[in-house]
Amino acid sequence: MRTAQAFWRWLRPWLTTVDHKRIGILYLVSAAFFFAVGGVEAFLIRLQLMHPGSRLIVGDTYNGVVTLHGFNMILFAIMPLFLGFVNYVVPLQIGARDLAFPFLNALSFWLFLAGAVVFNWSIVAGQYPNDGWFAYAPLTLPAYTPGLGPDFYALGGQISGVGTLITGVNFVVTILNGRAPGMTLRRMPLFTWAALITSTMIVFAFPPLAADLFLLTFDRFLDANFFNVSLGGNVLIWQHLFWIFGHPEVYILILPAFGIVSEVVATFSRKSLFGYDSMVLALAAIAFLSFVVWSHHMFTAGMGPVVNGVFSVTTMMIAIPTGIKIFNWLATMWGGRIRFTTAMLYAVGFIPIFVLGGVTGVMVAMAPADYQYNMTYFVVAHFHYTMVGGSLFALLSAYHYWFPKIWGRMLDERLGKLSFWLVFTGFNVTFFPQHFLGLFGMPRRVYTYPDDWGLTTLNLVSTAGVFVLTAGFLVLLGNTVAALVRGERAPADPWDARTLEWSLPTPVPEYGFARIPLVTSRDAFWAMKKKASERETGSAPAPEEIHLPPPSALPFLIALGAASASFGLIYGKPWLGAPGAALVAFGLYRGMFGRAPGVVVRPAEEVRA
Amino acid sequence: MGRRHGRARRAAEAPAVALLALALSGCSVERPGSVLAPAGPAARMELDLLGLSLVVVGAISAAVLLVLLYIVVRFRARPGDASEGADNPGVTWLEVAWTAVPAGLLVLLAVPSLTDTFYLAKPVAGGMRVTVVGHQYWWEYRYDDLGLVTANELHVPAARPLDLRVTSADVMHEFWVPRLGGKVDAAPGRRNFLYLQSDGPGVFAGECTQLCGASHAHMLTTVYADTPSAFEAWRAELTKPFSPPPPGSAAARGMQIFAAKCASCHAIRGTAFKGATGPDLTALMLRKTIGAGTLELNRENLVRWVTDASVFKPGVLMPSGKGKLALTDAQIRDVVAFLETLR
Repeated sequence: MRTAQAFWRWLRPWLTTVDHKRIGILYLVSAAFFFAVGGVEAFLIRLQLMHPGSRLIVGDTYNGVVTLHGFNMILFAIMPLFLGFVNYVVPLQIGARDLAFPFLNALSFWLFLAGAVVFNWSIVAGQYPNDGWFAYAPLTLPAYTPGLGPDFYALGGQISGVGTLITGVNFVVTILNGRAPGMTLRRMPLFTWAALITSTMIVFAFPPLAADLFLLTFDRFLDANFFNVSLGGNVLIWQHLFWIFGHPEVYILILPAFGIVSEVVATFSRKSLFGYDSMVLALAAIAFLSFVVWSHHMFTAGMGPVVNGVFSVTTMMIAIPTGIKIFNWLATMWGGRIRFTTAMLYAVGFIPIFVLGGVTGVMVAMAPADYQYNMTYFVVAHFHYTMVGGSLFALLSAYHYWFPKIWGRMLDERLGKLSFWLVFTGFNVTFFPQHFLGLFGMPRRVYTYPDDWGLTTLNLVSTAGVFVLTAGFLVLLGNTVAALVRGERAPADPWDARTLEWSLPTPVPEYGFARIPLVTSRDAFWAMKKKASERETGSAPAPEEIHLPPPSALPFLIALGAASASFGLIYGKPWLGAPGAALVAFGLYRGMFGRAPGVVVRPAEEVRA
Repeated sequence: MGRRHGRARRAAEAPAVALLALALSGCSVERPGSVLAPAGPAARMELDLLGLSLVVVGAISAAVLLVLLYIVVRFRARPGDASEGADNPGVTWLEVAWTAVPAGLLVLLAVPSLTDTFYLAKPVAGGMRVTVVGHQYWWEYRYDDLGLVTANELHVPAARPLDLRVTSADVMHEFWVPRLGGKVDAAPGRRNFLYLQSDGPGVFAGECTQLCGASHAHMLTTVYADTPSAFEAWRAELTKPFSPPPPGSAAARGMQIFAAKCASCHAIRGTAFKGATGPDLTALMLRKTIGAGTLELNRENLVRWVTDASVFKPGVLMPSGKGKLALTDAQIRDVVAFLETLR
């Protein structure tokens, strides 16, 4: 009984929190869970492909594992891992107390989690989506995929997509309106810039996905026939809408990585970032171009040479701002005093791998050459170089960089370096041979391959790499557990860093900044450390009381209702769906029109003094 | 359209292709699906682009990696050094250069890429028209000019341009014969053009590259580029009148079972069997494989296939002879005896 009460006392603040730091942690922990799920799926895929003719997972089961792996990793692991860091760090970097809409922030998280749970419930139900993560119509129609798989896909994707859309709006408003005095746009840290631009992309990229998933939902539940060719439907509508979302989406996964690498490289080179303005412009240019390249996923769809030509050229143009970023990082390190912490190793390891992923991107942008690469393992290798070697390496850099601030403990550097070298080696051994598998004619998403096509050795090598990669992640996990259990307590500024989040005590108080800082330059905290006096005179007086938004159970309940409504729809159980829908309506109404008094906190004495 | 820049480009990329060949020749396995071993003009044009881009991106990557390596060694903090790095002032000429040089290199890639895009988009004069229809999980080939229909194994005259019109009867598929050229989607409701051509006689492996269901991995195909006489012989086999098996034979019994159980899906030229759901079985015994490359074609495999194809091909639409069609082992052997007369 007492343990139950203690558990509830521990759980309740997490369920009702609207604090960006707690929500950031919730994002990180849930996304890490789905990363593990996606990782197990990846492991199964490589085990099946280790030898030709394996019977471990075949046919639709294999297709299901591939679909779950792709969707989980992109939407429920990598993107929310970034959102976790953005949630925790960005308000602190700009000297804000919290996001502009703390309630909506909690709602975003719970909707993301509800969507991820609905999608992955398909594993429990044993009827998983098996049409690939981009789920080309008409394979997704009931005529070709009878079970419930695509329903879990459509509704899970829809719910989490709404959550992500809300978070995009929230961060645009927060970054534009919530900055501390003196934190002009051109003084913002690069990670905050990346968050602003990524959030803007989310606002424009997710509505097309919502529209596409609605078309699929209507086709599956109401026989709407948007994709039924025999009744005048068109299968290319799905592809266009999907990639109008999907291509910006892969840049949503890489722009925050650019932000992270910019912070880490500058900090551990003990220099300010080279070419700040061009870095920001390059981010903006990449974001803009990412919306005008989607058809390069469809070079073989038969759209004609004019369309292919235009999209080929726009795609190649992305290489120019991307190159600028790479060169600026090199220039930042040039003349620096480089400290190879684990965070820096991942950031530096990011550079050559992302260069390789980028140049194969130029290769696949050449439409006629892509007629050969498209839908083969060449493309699989390309996007794993950008998403694993790019996004994930940056995330691991961020993990080691911000871990002391978030959890108040230091990770062990020796274990960190060991895990880096295992991950770096394992990654390259796994994915580099896949370029050649593609050139030797191995298509994506085949559960087996002929034994006389010369694909056997490279597949074996690729699978061997996964074992090394997995070992690296297990060391990382062990390092984390050890640090949390008996790690050294982290000082407030362990890296001698440059941005405002490191000016706060560790652990960060609930209210963040006791006094809102006054910013006078870029690298605001570095400048404060240089001119210690400024810190005394430069900020506003500490307030006696700080008003914080009230905790609320409504975001959790709304998400619970949305999940329940989805299950009711999928299983055709009105008793499950109707109360869920009612809960959503009630929660939204109370959230919009209900009144709740804020919470008053008194900052700690020594901070006010 | 002449390949004006072809020679210059090939000279430029020669080192890259040589390097690639060196890297790959170590293992002298024959690779029937390799885009690095083109056997026709379209595939060669596409490999030329690969080679050109490899030279350009290889040079850029090597330069970046070398600079990175130098930085990592040269600017490593010495132990105990707590000094700061001096901030580099902006260097305008350098920043202009690292924007303009990649842009220029991209133009170098874009120009041949665009001309090739337009070249590959239209049929070559004198081509043979074949309609390619993707099915779950096999390929139907309709020779529009010759009035022939066959499945999974495409015979064409060697070196003659092919004017393929690719479509689908059900879901999305994608048609690819790597050594003859790039791929194109087979989409329901659309007819996509694809130009392929072989340099000379040969046998070329192909496959479906778009996830199309449970047996996406078992949707292979073979293109036979025949000498003129071989192609004529094949065509004669396909068009010769149907000769029914002698009455009372096992094959005759098999034909009756076929009429009752199989003909609603399978067609045979010159008979009343006109089913269009499954592969056309005219001159079946001329093929090398059954089930779109799933099994070698021989008596034993035919029996296993008719008994239960889903053992070899998950999700196959053909009902199990033993199960759903309720055939006895003897009846299955009779059906196979009939199939063996199809040549």
